[in-house]
Amino acid sequence: MQVYNTGLNTPSVAAGPLYSLRLYVAGQTPKSVLAFTNLKQICEQHLQGRYAIEVIDLVKTPQLAHGDQIFAVPTLVRRLPEPIKKIIGDLSNTERVLVGLDLRVHQ
Amino acid sequence: MSLSVDETSCLDPSTQETGLLHLAQGGELPKALTGIRGLDEITGGGLPKGRPTLVCGGPGSGKTLLALTFLVNGALRFDEPGVLMTFEENEEEIIGDVASLGFDLPQLIEAQKLAVDYVRIERSEIEETGEYDLEGLFVRLDHAIRTVGARRVVLDTIESLFAGLKNDAILRSELRRLFRWLKDRRVTTVITGERGDGALTRQGLEEYVSDAVILLDHRVHDQVSTRRLRVVKYRGSHHGTNEYPFLIDTKGISVLPVSSLALQHPAPLERVSSGVPRLDEMLSGLGYYRGSTILVSGTAGTGKTSLAAHFLDAACRRGERCLCFLFEESPQQLLRNMRSIGIDLEPWVAAGLLQFHAARPSRYGLETHLVTMHQVVADFGPTVTVIDPVTNLMTVGTFADVQAMLTRLIDHLKTANITAMLTSLMPGQTEIERTETTISSLMDTWIVLANDQIGERHRRGLYVLKSRGMAHSNELCEFSMTNRGLNLHERASAPPGTGARDDSSQEGTHHAGV
Repeated sequence: MQVYNTGLNTPSVAAGPLYSLRLYVAGQTPKSVLAFTNLKQICEQHLQGRYAIEVIDLVKTPQLAHGDQIFAVPTLVRRLPEPIKKIIGDLSNTERVLVGLDLRVHQ
Repeated sequence: MSLSVDETSCLDPSTQETGLLHLAQGGELPKALTGIRGLDEITGGGLPKGRPTLVCGGPGSGKTLLALTFLVNGALRFDEPGVLMTFEENEEEIIGDVASLGFDLPQLIEAQKLAVDYVRIERSEIEETGEYDLEGLFVRLDHAIRTVGARRVVLDTIESLFAGLKNDAILRSELRRLFRWLKDRRVTTVITGERGDGALTRQGLEEYVSDAVILLDHRVHDQVSTRRLRVVKYRGSHHGTNEYPFLIDTKGISVLPVSSLALQHPAPLERVSSGVPRLDEMLSGLGYYRGSTILVSGTAGTGKTSLAAHFLDAACRRGERCLCFLFEESPQQLLRNMRSIGIDLEPWVAAGLLQFHAARPSRYGLETHLVTMHQVVADFGPTVTVIDPVTNLMTVGTFADVQAMLTRLIDHLKTANITAMLTSLMPGQTEIERTETTISSLMDTWIVLANDQIGERHRRGLYVLKSRGMAHSNELCEFSMTNRGLNLHERASAPPGTGARDDSSQEGTHHAGV
């Protein structure tokens, strides 16, 4: 498990709840790299200073797939704030990711 | 391959496995035994080893149970650990479901012979954006397979993915990849699928699983339910193509493969006593052939059950195991009635040599009766079986159905070298042979019991209508019911039915009124 730059140490720019995110991937595939890049970008833009991303590589730790009920990769799991949300795919559609994370109301 | 020979092996649990293993090695493709009675016979040794098999059927048709039995038997009997990936029920539910069948899943899991992974897909929790694959599923499956060293895998029901995910194109290509992957891992896999309209499965899974397809069906006809199984496809292997009835009961699943049998019964020369010395004499002095089928017919109160009781008593005296199916009386009634004519069967019951199975004919459909009888026969392993009266089963189905069922049953008993006696209740004196013509051709020996009345007297007679393979008496022999059972008179000068008056032979006998 790898914990990436969280931005938590810097003073929060926008007020709001803390976002605890997990990105499940299976190896360094183009899809997983793309998903991480997309996620980082979205977080920086919308959640600066109040997010943490854990990247879990299921090839290394397959036993972790069961807990969050992962069957597709990449899968982004929003662990906090509750309720748990899952977004599967390479996160290439920013709009949908924002909707999935409850950062934007579905239109 | 000869299916009929392997059928016999079902009867003795000790030889069953060796018999089946022999089957599994019998040429063709390598196969993985399911351990399900009947299914391994139909498929000539089980499912294609190292390949996927699709088991489809409607809700409640027994798909999951069949798949789980395959898995549990693999772990317990064939040293092949298994993985269950379930999409519909969680671990606790699955464990609870099969506990009543005596499957102790927690113990198997503890012993590392089974791994269960519940994949929960909640549509409302999931958003999809962009490209993805099902590698997560592969990783989990791979992890579970490695954990227990699995040789068998069950996916129940993978179609749930279609309900949980929107992107059909990805799903389909991933399923194709999954089945390929399972083949490469050389695990024997059972994939269950829900029956679809006009197709085997709703999502067309049969398209991906090309090796073997088994269809389960659950029909209700005349308010009687019957389960059937059919092997739709089995690439590279012979298989029975009929629909076979199967049964789910407290011991799990069992399939009846009888109609695939060829006429290859053994024809032993050994003889067994009828229990009535005088009757043995009439049957060329030696009694019935072992493994033959004997029909005893007569109108009500002619002594059919008594003759059967003599036969049972004699067999138990020889130390043979006897099974008696009752469709009219309860075992207690029969025991009491027979005691009144001096045949005490109780000690044989106590000694475990004699077992009764009483059921109302209307309780199940014919097929279920048949499967149940098969199972009881297989469990008990008798050398003698009595069905009293077989005619009561005629009320359950049509003539053709009953005939088909009896053919299969008799076939099975003959193959297993079980001597069977069937009693048949004739509606009236004039009806002789009519109701029985359907089954008479299956019978080796046919004994007819008849009553007649002359004035105040009531006389009983017995004759051997036919007895294949032996010189038998054509005499119509008068008999009486005594407190020592059936007493066949030495020579009836004017047998009953001829209408002649001759009362001399009736003297000194006691009528027990049974």
